[in-house]
Amino acid sequence: MAVSRVDATEAAKKLIDRLREIHGTDLMFHQSGGCCDGSAPMCFELGDFMVGSRDIKVGNIHGCDFYMSPEQFEYMQHSHITIDVVAGRGSSFSIEIPLGVRFISISRLFTDDEYKNLDPLDME
Amino acid sequence: MSYTKPEFKTQYENFIGGAWVAPVDRNYFEAISPIDNRVMTKVAQSNKKDVNLAVEAAWKAFETWGKTSVAQRSEVLNNIADAMQKHLETLAIIESWDNGKAIRETINADLPLAIDHFRYFAGVIRSESGSVSDLDANTVSSEIHEPLGVVAQIIPWNFPLLMAAWKIAPAIAAGNCVVLKAAEQTPVSIMCLMEIIEAVVPDGVINIINGFGPEAGKPLALHPDIKKIGFTGETTTGKLIMQYASENIIPVTLELGGKSPNIFLESIMDADDAFFDKAIEGLVLFAFNQGEVCTCPSRALIQESIYEPFMARVLERVKAIKMGDPLDTTTMMGAQASQDQYEKILNYIEIGKSEGAELLIGGNAYNNATYPEGFYIEPTIFKGHNNMRIFQEEIFGPVLSVTTFKDEHEALEIANDTMYGLGAGVWTRDIHQMQTFTRSIEAGRIWANCYHLYPAHASFGGYKKSGIGRETHMMMLNNYRHTKNILMSFDKNALGFF
Repeated sequence: MAVSRVDATEAAKKLIDRLREIHGTDLMFHQSGGCCDGSAPMCFELGDFMVGSRDIKVGNIHGCDFYMSPEQFEYMQHSHITIDVVAGRGSSFSIEIPLGVRFISISRLFTDDEYKNLDPLDME
Repeated sequence: MSYTKPEFKTQYENFIGGAWVAPVDRNYFEAISPIDNRVMTKVAQSNKKDVNLAVEAAWKAFETWGKTSVAQRSEVLNNIADAMQKHLETLAIIESWDNGKAIRETINADLPLAIDHFRYFAGVIRSESGSVSDLDANTVSSEIHEPLGVVAQIIPWNFPLLMAAWKIAPAIAAGNCVVLKAAEQTPVSIMCLMEIIEAVVPDGVINIINGFGPEAGKPLALHPDIKKIGFTGETTTGKLIMQYASENIIPVTLELGGKSPNIFLESIMDADDAFFDKAIEGLVLFAFNQGEVCTCPSRALIQESIYEPFMARVLERVKAIKMGDPLDTTTMMGAQASQDQYEKILNYIEIGKSEGAELLIGGNAYNNATYPEGFYIEPTIFKGHNNMRIFQEEIFGPVLSVTTFKDEHEALEIANDTMYGLGAGVWTRDIHQMQTFTRSIEAGRIWANCYHLYPAHASFGGYKKSGIGRETHMMMLNNYRHTKNILMSFDKNALGFF
């Protein structure tokens, strides 16, 4: 069975459902890098963030496509990401922030077996 | 000595048009101190309506401020600096409580640097000028500076008052009015600063709103009457800001972080002297501000031949880092700024361990006896190789990744093998080697035999994915104004075409 690169915890799925209801629209994720609130997943209304033509879709969590920049992917391609939720306060434009919670990326390295059986990337 | 916890009002309104204005929808959110994970006060949870009020008030103020003489503008900036100087200690305590950082840093770095920034821009605008060219006997070309109007600024939480000073001082010095949104992790110290300086700032020149990125930051960045956006943060939001700016065709300045290399060449150990001691501290500066610095020297590259003895001395110095009550003047490292930040850093420490990096020191949360619920992490050093994730991703915590190199070529290759290019440090006694390194590293700020100095009269900004534009230095003024060319002809005769 193919192994996904990104998954979501039950708490993250519940939060996605809640955000879809509040915003009345589909959502997407983009993994950020850099300062302050960086190295964290950003959740946006679908279409609000213009996905780059070279950005890589690494998977889909609970109905939301998950992207990252190719530069970021180069270093994260050997890691499995689980999107979880913690109490806290990001300072980005990620839409869950007003609820007093923050999506976070928890990652671990793939095992050799998993790495051989990864979902193929959607390179359109 | 130890300072006591500062007193706060029960809530802080927005500061708009020179007045304290409640958010239109009367929503507030709780500000939490990372020192003890307790609510310290409430601040405005602004939205588009509040943004509109602030932008309107700023434009009203611009009618006058945009035409104010440089002498008067300079005086206002100096008055701001004087008021801050008078209340330096109070502001430092508040800043520590809001952000979590140790009081010895806010007293000796954050506040003095912020104050000096206002003084610097008060000074340079008195002594600079546009230019005039005699193009020919009858044509004179004048390059005149004019302010942009109202500018939007979105600042981060790692140096709340200093980043506010970096953004506000050049903008108002150039004759603009500002609408600034503070970071939601550190929304309080700037409101306390406004209480201190409101009497010396003309109404509407500086407008501060609090709120969340998607609710307040986004409408601010998208506002059709904003003439520029200055942003410090991370890459995805940086892209989003550019995307928003493209709707209104306005300029952006972006500062988006780094993974700065700090390079130690073997000549540093030619003598066990004051300079070698400085180099040891230079490496340990990864723990400055709990590692929450865009230019954190988070990758140390050490020449193989000196690795063992140098690292032995470094570890002694790291062991001596005193943690504890951030308001105690002997405490060297305080709390990480927020819970999500804390969790993220701990996750990166786990990634480092699972990637097979060798843990040299630290690696755990720190249990602070004074504030057991605060967000503290031990200074941590890993040894590994540059393609590990802890070497490539900005952790924004007190986590250093160390690797070794054989020669100059390898050192430069590792130093530049990153998507970022904000800062770098180089340590050597060989001036020729220093020249090679400072000119070959792709980064906007190279510290040569020093690190973490931030003088106002030295430009700061990124190469590569670390951002666009520069901050600090008088060149910053041109990021906040137009150049108008007035082409004056003294020739009475027609061109002759028609």
